[in-house]
Amino acid sequence: MLKIDTDACTGCGICEDNCAFGAITVEDGQAVAGDNCALCGSCVDLCEAGALSIDKASTGPGTDLSLWSGIWVYTEFRHGRLAPVALELLGAGRRLADDRGVPLTAVLLGHGLETVPETLISHGADRVLVADYPQLAEFTDDAYANVFEDLINRERPEVVLAGATAIGRSFIPRVANKLSAGLTADCTGLEIRKEDGALLQTRPAFGGNIMATIVCPHSRPQMSTVRPLVMKPLPADASRKGEVITAGIDPARLSSRVKVINSVSSESEKSNLQEVDVVVSGGRGLNDEEGFALISELAELLGGGVAASRAAVDSGWIKYSHQVGQTGKTVSPKVYIACGISGAIQHVIGMQASDTVIAINRDENAPIFDIATYGLVGDVFEILPRVIARLRRD
Amino acid sequence: MKIVVCVKQVPDAKDVRLDPKTNTLAREGVESIMNPYDRHALEEAVRLKEKVGGTVVALSMGPPQAGEVLREAVACGADEAVLVSDRAFAGADTWATSYTLARAVRKVGFDLVICGKQAIDGDTAQVGPGLACRLDIPYVTCVRAVTGVDGDKLELQRLMDDGYDELEMPLPGLFTVVREINEPRVPSLKGKMRARKIEITTLSGGDIDADPACLGLAGSPTQVVKVFSPQFNRDKTMICGEVEAQVEELVAVLEKLV
Ligand SMILES: Cc1cc2nc3c(=O)[nH]c(=O)nc-3n(C[C@H](O)[C@H](O)[C@H](O)COP(=O)(O)OP(=O)(O)OC[C@H]3O[C@@H](n4cnc5c(N)ncnc54)[C@H](O)[C@@H]3O)c2cc1C
Ligand SMILES: Nc1ncnc2c1ncn2[C@@H]1O[C@H](COP(=O)(O)O)[C@@H](O)[C@H]1O
Repeated sequence: MLKIDTDACTGCGICEDNCAFGAITVEDGQAVAGDNCALCGSCVDLCEAGALSIDKASTGPGTDLSLWSGIWVYTEFRHGRLAPVALELLGAGRRLADDRGVPLTAVLLGHGLETVPETLISHGADRVLVADYPQLAEFTDDAYANVFEDLINRERPEVVLAGATAIGRSFIPRVANKLSAGLTADCTGLEIRKEDGALLQTRPAFGGNIMATIVCPHSRPQMSTVRPLVMKPLPADASRKGEVITAGIDPARLSSRVKVINSVSSESEKSNLQEVDVVVSGGRGLNDEEGFALISELAELLGGGVAASRAAVDSGWIKYSHQVGQTGKTVSPKVYIACGISGAIQHVIGMQASDTVIAINRDENAPIFDIATYGLVGDVFEILPRVIARLRRD
Repeated sequence: MKIVVCVKQVPDAKDVRLDPKTNTLAREGVESIMNPYDRHALEEAVRLKEKVGGTVVALSMGPPQAGEVLREAVACGADEAVLVSDRAFAGADTWATSYTLARAVRKVGFDLVICGKQAIDGDTAQVGPGLACRLDIPYVTCVRAVTGVDGDKLELQRLMDDGYDELEMPLPGLFTVVREINEPRVPSLKGKMRARKIEITTLSGGDIDADPACLGLAGSPTQVVKVFSPQFNRDKTMICGEVEAQVEELVAVLEKLV
């Protein structure tokens, strides 16, 4: 409950004006919280009279937190391929493990895993827990969640990270629920809090308009799914040593109620945006498919890929698999060239990790210029054809 | 088939902002809407009902005002509306929400539960799987097509990062939908009239025999400790001048970088 100290409240109305949920009203010179208060706490800091508080201390009795130790990373493997996010998480996990002075364990589930554990060790893992079973060849929520849950219960890690991929976001919530553990979705920042060693998990919410930092004060493990392409992998070091442990699993735990009939990898669903060094991206400013033909030409000349804002995808100029942003892909190429994109936060959230951002927009006040390394105020239809001609000539 | 669709009322995320000076959420012009993904969940439920018969129950957990989205759901084809509402639910994270919804869904009864992939306020996509887990039923996330229905199982296509999977799920079960699954219909005149008159069943924490320790902020393992605006810091160089000069400089930059 939001507590309002009626003696301290001056009825100034600042909380009323700033509540995103419209949950506070000032009645007879006193703030009153309504039913739709989401307990987000943003009014508490703002209250000059210090009249507002949220009783967080009343939250849940804890398990003995000291029984839980070690950092775990779920290293996603499917169809013979390690998901790139697995190595990114080992990079992030290594840092957390060193901060905490505990080992970093990679958990590898699937079938035909062969030399994958060595790869994981060379990228930072101290230990690899391997469950290699034919029943895990295809991903099912039941079997993957059962196995992961059993392993966590056996060893009690303090932190469990997984990629915020289709697979991670599907079965990790089940694991967290079974363990009654807190789970933070789609994190873009992970830090250890100095005072108590708690994991500070930062993530975008409200379509990327707001960042929130989340902790799990009373439950273990602290679980997060982490957005791909945000964390940095460590370079492979073949001399690193680690332990590979085969995990025995109760066969009953390997069955699934949902049956996989067929698993289709389809090229058209893929885009190479996450693998190329240059991404040329277009927005509503490109006007139509013709505009996209122009940026495709530039992308091809630069050996890069083509991306788009949601406005362009919604207009039907290019397929959804090219959409970058909160509801699309996250990319972090060496060079991101934004053409006719305003730079709405939902788009920026998907490309802000790019090394260099070049923005072309005819509106000098477009927010895209706030995150650009190089900005050109001008018309894409005047600039791009000339750039293409110059690159062709060289 | 009795289908429960979970619909959430959310602030229209594109309007939510933090005031950069005060670092607080600015409320101005923020409208409450039905979570867009849940519209698609509802549409799929109504289509399934039209195919195999049964009832569609729209269920929402939220403050009394969330009744608005339930009426909207009825206008779009739901037969019944249930609002799970109690002050004790405030501050619930996905764990506590899954717990509460599960108790309510059990009370209502179901063969199938359909959720949106995610809600656009929290963007977690965790409530669907959490709810299925609590109900102890199988689930499939990110469904982009229902390709077959038979009395006790569904054939589904699940969107993956590198393609799609074709799956068979026994009932009772739960799935969550992505937006490409269907094009939701607009409410009919008859639907709108029904929506105006329909009696919304309201369930409190007591009605669903919920354990108070599992509800709201108290029952939530995660806690928000800070909210802030995203920051992006970069040194910026503006490339100015006539078009020709801009092009020359841009080409020079590109040649250096690529
Ligand atoms: C919950 C939620 C999730 C979202 N997720 C995403 C997401 O994942 N990805 C995403 O991209 N968006 C997303 N959005 C939408 C986002 O908020 C913006 O609406 C969208 O990114 C705007 O696209 P745009 O920049 O192409 O279009 P606009 O905002 O219309 O901008 C077009 C720009 O082009 C410039 N321009 C026009 N003509 C020319 C010309 N000839 N030469 C140069 N410049 C020109 C204009 O000055 C303008 O700045 C989301 C929104 C919500 C609410
Ligand atoms: N309070 C709620 N009431 C009803 N359904 C909800 C609620 N919260 C979440 N859901 C359902 O769970 C889905 C995923 O939500 P989330 O995990 O919050 O992103 C939504 O699309 C809804 O179908």
